[in-house]
Amino acid sequence: MLLKGKNRRSSLLANTTRIKCASSYWLLLFVRAEVSDTVDMSRPMYCDRLDIPLPDKPYRDVLTDAEESLKQKEKGPWSQLSREEKIALYRLSFCQTYAEMKKPTGEWKTVIGGIFFFVGFTGLVVWWQRIYVYPPRPRTFDPEWQAMQLQRMLDMRVNPIQGFSAKWDYEKGQWK
Amino acid sequence: MSLPKPVMRGLLAKRLRFHLPIAFSLAIVAAVAFKFGVTEPRKKAYADFYKNYDSVKEFNAMREAGIFESVRPSVK
Repeated sequence: MLLKGKNRRSSLLANTTRIKCASSYWLLLFVRAEVSDTVDMSRPMYCDRLDIPLPDKPYRDVLTDAEESLKQKEKGPWSQLSREEKIALYRLSFCQTYAEMKKPTGEWKTVIGGIFFFVGFTGLVVWWQRIYVYPPRPRTFDPEWQAMQLQRMLDMRVNPIQGFSAKWDYEKGQWK
Repeated sequence: MSLPKPVMRGLLAKRLRFHLPIAFSLAIVAAVAFKFGVTEPRKKAYADFYKNYDSVKEFNAMREAGIFESVRPSVK
């Protein structure tokens, strides 16, 4: 696609949309480097979708002369069509077959790889945080404090029927 | 090209006739299992605990351990 003078400057801008405006100054800044084909969305469109087996219109509707004659032949008995002609007629009506639509893309490998990558990156972030962000460890985590805490829970008879203290033998001073 | 006409009606009723008895019986089994697996043992555990429970003795044991703020351990 040939780039005009004013387009060459804006070709560095990524995918800016054309703004229809009276002022040509803005047109200079926001003109697209490449003009794509506009699609009339008010008319029936073709789509390759698994849940729409018969799209709103055939894939090819402007046909060459050879294709026109093939379409005429299609109006007769189909047993007279050769295999290649049948396939050509199919490809006129449809872009992809169901097999081609359902072909595995291998996208899952990218997804899994991305997951592992970001989980790993998060691990590095957490490691850095443990060194530079976390406050000092509370004293309640020390084993001596934990032992004192456990003894106090037994003294208070925490859950003496089915829970914590129920598992402690108070006569012998040991776990049951 | 003469396939039999597929079943068009009564699909939900057929599914319910099959699945509802299973659902109800599974629910009842779950309830009965919970009753005899959890609630009955729990009631028995509580009954056994309080059958020979001496609250004064337990209180004095807790007092000696020093957990109360209103009563200090006895001076002995």
